[in-house]
Amino acid sequence: MSTTITLPEKVEKKKTREGFGRALVALGEQDPRIVVLVGDLTESTMVSFFAERFPERFIEVGVAEQNMMGIAAGLAAAGKIPFLATYGAFASCRAADQVRVTVAYTGLDVKIGGAHGGISVGPDGATHQAMEEISIIRSIPNMSLIVPCDYEETYKATIAAARHRGPVYIRFGREDVPVVTAEETPFTFGRGEVFAEGRDLTIIACGVMVYEALRAREALLERGIEARVVDLHTIKPLDRVLVERCAWETGAIVTAEEHQVNGGLGGAVAEAVVHTHPVPMEFVAVMDRFGQSGRPDELMEAFGLKAHDIVAAAERVLERKTQ
Amino acid sequence: CDPAWPQRDVWHFSIGHVTPVIYSLMAERGYFPLADLMRFRTFAGHLQGHPSHHDTPGIEVSSGSLGQGLSVCCGVAMAARLDGSPRRVYCVMGDGEQQEGQIWEAAMFAGHRRLDNLCGIVDYNRKQIDGDVEDICGIRPLADKWRAFRWNVIEVDGHDIPQILRAFAAARAHRGAPSVILAHTVMGEGVSFMADDYRWHGKPPKPAESERALAELGTSFAEWSARLLAG
Repeated sequence: MSTTITLPEKVEKKKTREGFGRALVALGEQDPRIVVLVGDLTESTMVSFFAERFPERFIEVGVAEQNMMGIAAGLAAAGKIPFLATYGAFASCRAADQVRVTVAYTGLDVKIGGAHGGISVGPDGATHQAMEEISIIRSIPNMSLIVPCDYEETYKATIAAARHRGPVYIRFGREDVPVVTAEETPFTFGRGEVFAEGRDLTIIACGVMVYEALRAREALLERGIEARVVDLHTIKPLDRVLVERCAWETGAIVTAEEHQVNGGLGGAVAEAVVHTHPVPMEFVAVMDRFGQSGRPDELMEAFGLKAHDIVAAAERVLERKTQ
Repeated sequence: CDPAWPQRDVWHFSIGHVTPVIYSLMAERGYFPLADLMRFRTFAGHLQGHPSHHDTPGIEVSSGSLGQGLSVCCGVAMAARLDGSPRRVYCVMGDGEQQEGQIWEAAMFAGHRRLDNLCGIVDYNRKQIDGDVEDICGIRPLADKWRAFRWNVIEVDGHDIPQILRAFAAARAHRGAPSVILAHTVMGEGVSFMADDYRWHGKPPKPAESERALAELGTSFAEWSARLLAG
């Protein structure tokens, strides 16, 4: 089953982190085991909605991300379902050892909300532009990882994370980003979604790059190229069946992610297709460099993460496909 | 033993490397047969080099990377408070481990939150792998540090069981702040050639050395082997 998503001329924009914050309130209402922790970033990660509604189940830890990860682990060990919120840079890098040993090795039900993922974080610069989470988190056994593409999908990913047993990392961004999905768009944890059909190549994207991929598809259509667009929101466990089918049916893949090229979405996809159906691939990603301050739009442009970069990658991959 | 009994007190070893002690205690308390100890740190056994929740029922949370346990115990204590549960949480730490920053993040949190259902124990033997703690990176004055973090500090001779029991009772009775028991110990106590020598921190004794050490403790290798194999 595929959902065809056609973008209107003007797309509504909303923050992914708001989807996270709103979903936590819904979860809190359904399940008394839901507890939320934050490391001095209540407004910014939008857990403020939960804090207002359920102050008794809201734990402000202060500026201590490693401690927060451990406290969440203890809460999970005692039967709670803790969601913690901080910036991705701190959740994935600073607290990586705590994720690995205490959370993942034990297999605890800790849900990690990593905000401010990607170069589009903007003026804060390199330290706060998390671009390594996918590589780090997906290399840790027992971890699951979701990178939703917009407000609606972040909401659904948060609900899905609560229902999944075991640790889950959800990566979302800072900026208002185009809302490409609707409330009724299917979302299944562990499964990618075909957002637009095509037979010449497949663009597999996650996060805000799903929107760029859909725009790239329109530009490619004008040149007579039909690109399939896949929203691969769950990066671990990877939907290998879908990825391999795309490789088989379209014979070329471009991956698009707002993340370092090493070990990210592109790496995960390449690892899958190389086993059964190797095809030419191109990677649209951050090319092994740190970010910098700037406006989100100019940074996306400067770091090669716009629809036209996907178009150029598609043209390169098609040349290799026909050789 | 029911490792899933919901009202159980939680005992967590932040110092995962003391598995020989943890597993011996667990076996003696009936979590698994004594004979399992013979396969400690082996591929065939379920007793990992460092405690693993997945492998050994009764291990609450896996540990082994130092400094992480007190945070976990803060989480369990917070959950008990949320649930109105009387369960208490005990966290065993090392003195070398006090060099880890996360210990103090957790200490600050527990002090701030007045987690009086939480009790820390520091095995204060003044030794770590590379030498004497005070030579490597001194932690003194340790009691003052914990007091500064708003903890109730109790100091005991860690080899004196009645003193230890009194300390636990005092910790349980103390309201409005977490308690930490600084247990002054001598590493290798009772064995003349091991006592207070950091070189024995992570070194297993050779068979002849084991025999000598056990003899000094009034028992023998044969007696223990027979008991373990029978168990």
